[in-house]
Amino acid sequence: MSQLYYETKDLQDFSNIGEFAHEQGKKFFDYYTSSTSSGKLTEREKALIALAVATVRHCPYCIDAYTNKCLSLGVGNDEMMEAIHVGAAMVAGDTLAHATQMRKIVKQKEM
Amino acid sequence: MDFSQSFADQLKACSEYPLYAQAVETLQTNITRRCNLSCRHCHVEASPARTEEMSRQDMEACLRAAAHPEIKTLDITGGAPETHPRLVWFLREAALMKKRVLVRSNAAILLEKQYQHFLDIYAESGAEVVVSLPNLNHDRTDRMRGPDVFGKIIVALGELNSRGYGKKGSGLVLDLVHNPVGAYLPGSQEVLEREYRNRLRRDFGIEFNRLYCLINFPVGRYLDFLRGSGNLEEYFRLLKESFNSAAVGSVMCRTTLSVAPDGRLFDCDFNQVLDLSLSGQTPVHIRDFDYAKLSRRQIVVRGHCYSCTAGAGSSCQGVLQK
Repeated sequence: MSQLYYETKDLQDFSNIGEFAHEQGKKFFDYYTSSTSSGKLTEREKALIALAVATVRHCPYCIDAYTNKCLSLGVGNDEMMEAIHVGAAMVAGDTLAHATQMRKIVKQKEM
Repeated sequence: MDFSQSFADQLKACSEYPLYAQAVETLQTNITRRCNLSCRHCHVEASPARTEEMSRQDMEACLRAAAHPEIKTLDITGGAPETHPRLVWFLREAALMKKRVLVRSNAAILLEKQYQHFLDIYAESGAEVVVSLPNLNHDRTDRMRGPDVFGKIIVALGELNSRGYGKKGSGLVLDLVHNPVGAYLPGSQEVLEREYRNRLRRDFGIEFNRLYCLINFPVGRYLDFLRGSGNLEEYFRLLKESFNSAAVGSVMCRTTLSVAPDGRLFDCDFNQVLDLSLSGQTPVHIRDFDYAKLSRRQIVVRGHCYSCTAGAGSSCQGVLQK
């Protein structure tokens, strides 16, 4: 068995994640394909959203897949970085929004 | 891994080995290796320092061959075809055949004083013009083709538009070519064409007819890039993984014959660069053109052929499956 948790070649195994649970796997891929294909949003816009989510979620496979997808669709490096900043800003905002809980408790407890 | 054997095995698996030509519909003539640019993806490694060019005798042989009724298209490429001293004559003779004639131009050369007249000559001859614009991003295109080339291409495209190229009803066809600027495959041709059309129109007022997405071949300077950047193995793996048996039926070599600057014949531009001569008892020089033999020749395949069968397939006319 490999000594590494994350390996580049593991990305190639993504299509096999339905192993041991074929029905759910098929349903997932139908959903995944439908969600990431062009609809009201273009394939390009969806690739940028996926890249931002991938970085926020720290998924090395998805970052690899969607960076390549963005490159293949001619998305600029500056556009990719802008999308990642949206993700970063959302994470920062989400963190700071939770300070509300801290502030509420502090105000409740302090004399 | 032996990718040549692997490709042959893939063809065997879909009952397409040996691979045979079905016709010669396009005669692709590589008339010179000389070019004003030295692009990093150029598989023929064209540059200003190259001197190889097709002789008048061999160009005449190309015209005789192209006159065959089954040949529909004369594709003129290089290097930069404009640098060939007999291109004007060649174009005028080709135009007399009343067939589809297309010239692959880097466009930047059309701004150079000694080559500016080709803007009008192309329009007069009615030749289709195919321009390589690898990316809409200025920096990416310049990294691939050289400093300020993006800007020059844009100006040249505007000049071609002003002569009617790419404009509805003019009959003058202007097609663009997209290549990945790195070790990845092109995305959907349909999506990229829409993006090119919208942005070129919005930012520069430029119109064109079609966008062709081409996969870069691991040959020539692009191979050097893959090796130097440590991407070679991964790129071949990507090409192999993306093998699409449905693309095999329409690969370019089955209907195209490639002529080198020295008049020798090859299955494609890439076999030409790799000096992979035609197989069997077929004529090997344009002066010995024999349609019957060449139109059913056996194609010489190697590992680089994976580039034509990856994803939606790739050819000099873009993807194979729309």
